Amino acid sequence: MTAATTTGLVAYEDAVRRYDPVLGIEVHVELGTLTKMFCAAEVAYGGEPNTQVTPVSLGLPGALPVVNGKAVEYAIRIGLALNCTIAENCRFARKNYFYPDVPKNFQTSQYDEPIAFDGWIDIELDDGEVFRVEIERAHMEEDAGKNTHVGGATGRIQGAEYSLVDYNRAGIPLVEIVTRPIEGAGERAPEVARAYVQTLRDIFRTLDVSEARMERGNVRADVNLSLRPTPESPLGTRTETKNVNSFRSIERAVRYEVSRQAGVLDAGLPVVQETRHFHEEDGTTSSGRVKSDAEDYRYFPEPDLVPVAPSREWVEEIRATLPEMPVARRRRLQTEWGYADAEMRDVVNAGAMDLIEATVAAGTSAAGARKWWMGELARRANQDEVALEALSVTPAQIAQLQGLVDSGRLNDKLARQVLDGVLAGEGDPEAVVVARGLEIVSDDGPLLAAIDEALAAQPDIVEKVRGGNQGPIGAIIGAVMKATKGQADAKRVRELVLDRIGS
Amino acid sequence: MSTISRDEVARVAALARIDLRPDEVARLAGELDVIVESVARVSEVATADVPATSHPLPLTNVFRDDVPEPALPIQDVLAGAPQQENGRFAVPQILGEE
Amino acid sequence: MTQDLTRLSASDLASALRNKDVTSVEATQAHLDRISAVDGDLHAFLHVSSEEALATAAEVDAQRAAGEELHPLAGVPIAVKDVVVTKGLPTTAGSKILEGWIPPYDATLVERIKAAGLPILGKTNMDEFAMGSSTEHSAYGNTKNPWDLDRIPGGSGGGSAAAVAGFEAPLAIGTDTGGSIRQPGAVTGTVGVKPTYGGVSRYGLIAMASSLDQAGPVTRSVLDAALLHELIGGHDPHDSTSINEPVPGVVAAAQQGAQGDLKGLRVGVVKELSGEGYQAGVSARFDESLDQLRALGAEIVEVSCPSFGYALDAYYLIMPAEASSNLAKFDGMRFGLRVEPAEGPVTAERVMGATRGAGFGDEVKRRVILGTYALSAGYYDAYYGSAQKVRTLIQRDFAAAFEQADVLVSPTAPTTAFKFGEKLDDPLAMYLNDIATIPANLAGVPGMSLPNGLSDDGLPVGFQILAPAKADDRLYRVGAALEAALESRWGGPLLNQAPELKTTELAR
Repeated sequence: MTAATTTGLVAYEDAVRRYDPVLGIEVHVELGTLTKMFCAAEVAYGGEPNTQVTPVSLGLPGALPVVNGKAVEYAIRIGLALNCTIAENCRFARKNYFYPDVPKNFQTSQYDEPIAFDGWIDIELDDGEVFRVEIERAHMEEDAGKNTHVGGATGRIQGAEYSLVDYNRAGIPLVEIVTRPIEGAGERAPEVARAYVQTLRDIFRTLDVSEARMERGNVRADVNLSLRPTPESPLGTRTETKNVNSFRSIERAVRYEVSRQAGVLDAGLPVVQETRHFHEEDGTTSSGRVKSDAEDYRYFPEPDLVPVAPSREWVEEIRATLPEMPVARRRRLQTEWGYADAEMRDVVNAGAMDLIEATVAAGTSAAGARKWWMGELARRANQDEVALEALSVTPAQIAQLQGLVDSGRLNDKLARQVLDGVLAGEGDPEAVVVARGLEIVSDDGPLLAAIDEALAAQPDIVEKVRGGNQGPIGAIIGAVMKATKGQADAKRVRELVLDRIGS
Repeated sequence: MSTISRDEVARVAALARIDLRPDEVARLAGELDVIVESVARVSEVATADVPATSHPLPLTNVFRDDVPEPALPIQDVLAGAPQQENGRFAVPQILGEE
Repeated sequence: MTQDLTRLSASDLASALRNKDVTSVEATQAHLDRISAVDGDLHAFLHVSSEEALATAAEVDAQRAAGEELHPLAGVPIAVKDVVVTKGLPTTAGSKILEGWIPPYDATLVERIKAAGLPILGKTNMDEFAMGSSTEHSAYGNTKNPWDLDRIPGGSGGGSAAAVAGFEAPLAIGTDTGGSIRQPGAVTGTVGVKPTYGGVSRYGLIAMASSLDQAGPVTRSVLDAALLHELIGGHDPHDSTSINEPVPGVVAAAQQGAQGDLKGLRVGVVKELSGEGYQAGVSARFDESLDQLRALGAEIVEVSCPSFGYALDAYYLIMPAEASSNLAKFDGMRFGLRVEPAEGPVTAERVMGATRGAGFGDEVKRRVILGTYALSAGYYDAYYGSAQKVRTLIQRDFAAAFEQADVLVSPTAPTTAFKFGEKLDDPLAMYLNDIATIPANLAGVPGMSLPNGLSDDGLPVGFQILAPAKADDRLYRVGAALEAALESRWGGPLLNQAPELKTTELAR
């Protein structure tokens, strides 16, 4: 029986007004190495069950672990990107607990000697505010196998008749990243939690240490939350929410737990320290079974492995190969492009940053690139309900297109028609221009002919213009544009019309 | 004076997932008591200034290249399985969350 | 002829094979016949693999006939302690929980044995999961000491020692965590060596205490042990704790030692490992061996290792703790025995409890629970943590002692073979059997036991030699020298004085 059934939820806005939330987030990332953490079984997704195990990852009697050097390198990369200190000497430890998906009934992990510790990461919230999250530690460990529950109404564990276990995943390298208590987020706690995990995901991809897809389970987050009356009060009792499988779920889980815990505290009851399960369907959390002996993991140093002591030279070698981190890159590009904060935020949120960068690299101005990707192309992407990068046009093509406008061969309207052609698969902008004959008419001859026709059709305009009123010229220009199907340079037409009338 | 009570033995046996009969619990409590009192002597010499040794030999940084080796053939993997189904190990229902 | 073949040392048999005086099939059959004749009484073997052994023997004979270059020991049969996984052969670790389990892979040392062409006669009996000093804790019944069938053959590797002492095999593999090769060697009159920790791969050894376990040779002569040590030793990429250096020159050392010149050698007698608590006959033989070493030119010095007094305590914290974790995998989910609870819901947790309750014997339960206790919250620092500190002190004592002496010596075990049942009711009394052998495992240094005579009760006594880590060759030099001198006095190996075993008529 959960407290929520007896105490009810407090509206979120009310809850955060009266309580100060403190977050703690644990993220597990599956490393993209070729082989497992402690044995040379191949890591590949979607294989037939139990076809990617060795005696080591199956936990057979007599088998022994051997550390994957690449996984250590990746763990150090992650630690450096999170501004951590890299341990000079650290050991693996056994975390002992019985569970069918843990083949040895212990997990080889790191306990009081993580490979990386005492770091921090700046995250950017949607409105550009920067929030610093302190990282307590990042350590290496191995993943467990997968249980599939058979029988029972929902297929979840309670009520299941038995389980089927696949050990393909057992032994895949993981890095676990643990934050220090995240204080000061206030009512933005849900957003901070989400942004933090997103930032980590971006870092993992930038570092190329993991595909980092939450929906694939490459990145998993457990969210801890506690409430206290004021920021000066001591920390409250926290709950841990698991099964949070998407960024949105992280936000929802935090919001729900704030509301729920506020309800419990308002009723004068203590928050139960427990692990809770997040429900995608309705955004609620429910109590998991309290495991009394689960905390006694009887950690001791792993005797089958020797310490990992990365030399300072090796660490610096790795540091030298780190690519630019996403936040730093964003700031650099914003400065180079001269975008305002709001403009850059929109670009990032629309997923247009890489596209704009490539377009600029192909020769377009930053302003021009943004005009296309955030304007016409964004409109079309929305219309087709696809992501910008899914559109059938490349940055190089956009650069070419803008180049045609810059050189005067196309005006904006024509350019949009050329874009249609490119999106329809008719080829590069140059090719579409030729094929569809969309170029601005550069020869005055046809223009003069069209002008004469238009003037003949509206003779009174000649009189008005000669009389000093230039306004009605617009009608002539309009007529000429129509006659040339828009393929005229309006400015040139005006010049010619004035010239014509003048004489 | 008993260091290890029957309750303690029962608690630890549960932690170690070993079912014990009541007579086994009683006997073990007595035997472990004697052993524990004897081995507790180690804390006398294990003073703060003495570092712990977890490995007899001072090796560090033993790594393996990230190169795949062939997996165990599936029939070997499942050969000893008390129960299996569709290539997976069938185990009794598990209580508790994942 | 059959009788003669089983009496040969491994190196003599290897010579005979090389000279084509005998084929491997003949030699292997002779040992299989011997096993049939005496193992009904001895019960050293849990599984005899006649077909596989003869097939290997035939293959080696064919290779030899074809003039192929073979390993020096090719064709010499060998027995393997049942704690070592052997692909396709049942491996029980002496436990009911693994009854019928057939491993899908070979231990590295088995791969090396197979690559060298040694026919594997079968798997030998042992205390369950190597926990014991008498093999009385095997789930499959006792093994008898060939010297007296009412007495224990030592443990945990009683089966391998009895097989070799009973001439069922010229070579055997044992494992030693606290003395399980050396102590059986002492009480059966055979040679047993625990290499430097990391000297032989542990990949494929069903783990008891990971930081203490080592596999090693069980033989009837020091030279045989050296030959086997060289075969199975060396770096293994599958074992992170294995030493990445070549095996020390143990064969050369044994051959050199047999010359009998120990001039310049300093032999340290460890004060804490001799004297009080040792059977009179054991101490007497020990003192005589010291005299013998002096006669060969060695200098005897007394050294003191005060922390050795805490070795037994530290061991009985570290070993059960590591074992409790290593044995967690035996839960009825993936392999081995599965037992459902007699009543109530059939859940994974309850099946694990029922399986382990039914499948583990008393001694295993004792140690797993002790180990779980020592690691559990609130007790770690006082027990496991403290024990690891004692380990440091023991290493320091060894280091200091090895400044004063090149090797250290002691009686291997405090008593000769005791009778079955004598120490079963008193676990602590049983643990005391290992008092002299345990320090070497804690420090990781190598140790050898070789027979140095009979006690007043007519039972064999063992002499232990210890050397610094990675200096295993010193064991062989000193051991070979002492063995040569003693055998010269005895007119042959000590085992020649063992009573003849009653043989069962081979079925016709």
